[in-house]
Amino acid sequence: MTDAAIAPLLVSESRGSLVTTEKLPVRVILITVAVVFLVLFLLLPLAAVFVEAFRAGIGAYVAAITELDALAAIRLTLLVAAIAVPANIVFGLAASWVIAKFEFKGKSVLNTLIDLPFSVSPVISGLIYVLLFGAQGYFGPYLQSHGIQIIFALPGIVLATIFVTFPFVARELVPSMQEQGTQEEEAALSLGASGWKTFFKVTLPNIRWALLYGVVLCNARAMGEFGAVSVVSGHIRGKTNTMPLHVEILYNEYSFAAAFAVASLLALLALITLVIKIGLEWRYADQIAASRRH
Amino acid sequence: MAVAQAAAARGLELKRPSAIPGFGLALGFTLTYLSLIVLIPLAALVLKSATLGFEGFWNIVTGARTLAALRLSFVTSLVAATINAVFGVIIAWVLVRYRFPGRRLLDAFVDLPFALPTAVAGIALTVLYAPNGWIGSLLAPLGIKVAYTPLGITIALIFIGLPFVVRTVQPVLEELDRELEEASATLGANRRQTVFRVMLPSLLPAILTGFALALARAVGEYGSVIFIAGNLPFISEIAPLLIIIRLEEFSYPQAAAIGTAMLLISFGILLFVHLVQAWQRRRFGHD
Repeated sequence: MTDAAIAPLLVSESRGSLVTTEKLPVRVILITVAVVFLVLFLLLPLAAVFVEAFRAGIGAYVAAITELDALAAIRLTLLVAAIAVPANIVFGLAASWVIAKFEFKGKSVLNTLIDLPFSVSPVISGLIYVLLFGAQGYFGPYLQSHGIQIIFALPGIVLATIFVTFPFVARELVPSMQEQGTQEEEAALSLGASGWKTFFKVTLPNIRWALLYGVVLCNARAMGEFGAVSVVSGHIRGKTNTMPLHVEILYNEYSFAAAFAVASLLALLALITLVIKIGLEWRYADQIAASRRH
Repeated sequence: MAVAQAAAARGLELKRPSAIPGFGLALGFTLTYLSLIVLIPLAALVLKSATLGFEGFWNIVTGARTLAALRLSFVTSLVAATINAVFGVIIAWVLVRYRFPGRRLLDAFVDLPFALPTAVAGIALTVLYAPNGWIGSLLAPLGIKVAYTPLGITIALIFIGLPFVVRTVQPVLEELDRELEEASATLGANRRQTVFRVMLPSLLPAILTGFALALARAVGEYGSVIFIAGNLPFISEIAPLLIIIRLEEFSYPQAAAIGTAMLLISFGILLFVHLVQAWQRRRFGHD
């Protein structure tokens, strides 16, 4: 082969690095656009929460989050999450067991229905329970005559929270369990293990990281939910105010420093959630099938 | 209960035989829980609207104030989702294709709107964009008012919708075949032609899906919006807020009608997503 024949090949070879990427100035511009957009729209609001929280000084910050109504709000938020999250864990385990381990008619419909609450506005998620249990709702008169209060009380807040966090655990567990298949369970059963023992000793260990992933996301939403809870809570200070609702009340009373102080606790929860989420994604990427699924 | 048990029994007949136990119990519990928490309450919403009759429903939904609120919710959501579609693709592209310091941190931060409670985002955005805020004070001399206007609503909806686009486009971009780009370049296309005529068409279904998910979320969004919105009827009052106002007036049928209309809008958007994905499977043979 002559030099003249090789020359064009060399030229295209030297251009090889540019063939599947952009020129340096384009790369720099695109990275700058992405960074500026993320800083402007995501980082700045987060920073604002903490700056505003400490604007009035550490003393005011501590006073705001240890004030009686704030403590009551924190307690209520923890209580609601402590009921709603386990309820959705049990549901998630049952639903994923059915969907992942069995073949039956209507499975895809069931799978779709589980995601339904994600496409419902938070306000509607609260509204539906008011229509059922509110003073003029379908069961309102019955509940009233029996002295049972659901709306503007803890049960309503719990129901609305369960609704908005409904799919979180199940949608992480279903793909994870599907990937595990049924062979290990069949082996355990054929060796004489009972159904429950198989579930706790074989299935659960296999899906534990996916479960934790779903629980962390479910908990974050349960503690931070605003719209749905706002509709059913009645905003009774010290009684039916969760943390996000307490933030709203303080903000609307122009107690900005106090509002942001309580908000900073929720922002901290969000940051902890993100750290755990990313830690799980990096470490157990293979077991958390859902982390890159859409 | 009886319905769930009957359904469970029916499911039992229709299921493929299996050695794994617990089908009846797990399905029974799943269906009961699903019915009590999701299906029956949503049915109550539809039932309440149905008592209005079609004409009554239509009169409420097309009433001037309701229509203005629905239009505002939909238009601001549409603008926000479009902006997210553009910048979300750029962000996904940068995160997947380029290596630079801080990339993983930036990647992690994309999920912030999923994790940050909406009320917290709402008050933070409001202090930033208020006329005396960090960003608002820079825009005020230019005569641009963001907080307490539809522009502010759009900003909040951009915040809430961004991860939907990025997280939908990112995995597709990661798996995009580099050989296609090489082939395109070998056949004489320049980089711009390769990006816009080879790569973006394959990303289009993912972009549309992300766009629609962001739109669906934005239409129903409440917490991050109400603080920055201003909440003036006909100008900056979003549909979810109008539902709450109607509830506080004890106009349950009105609230139910607006809720049903919003539900129909978001189901329409999700149907669109479904069609896009079906089209994608037909066209590209994968999903």
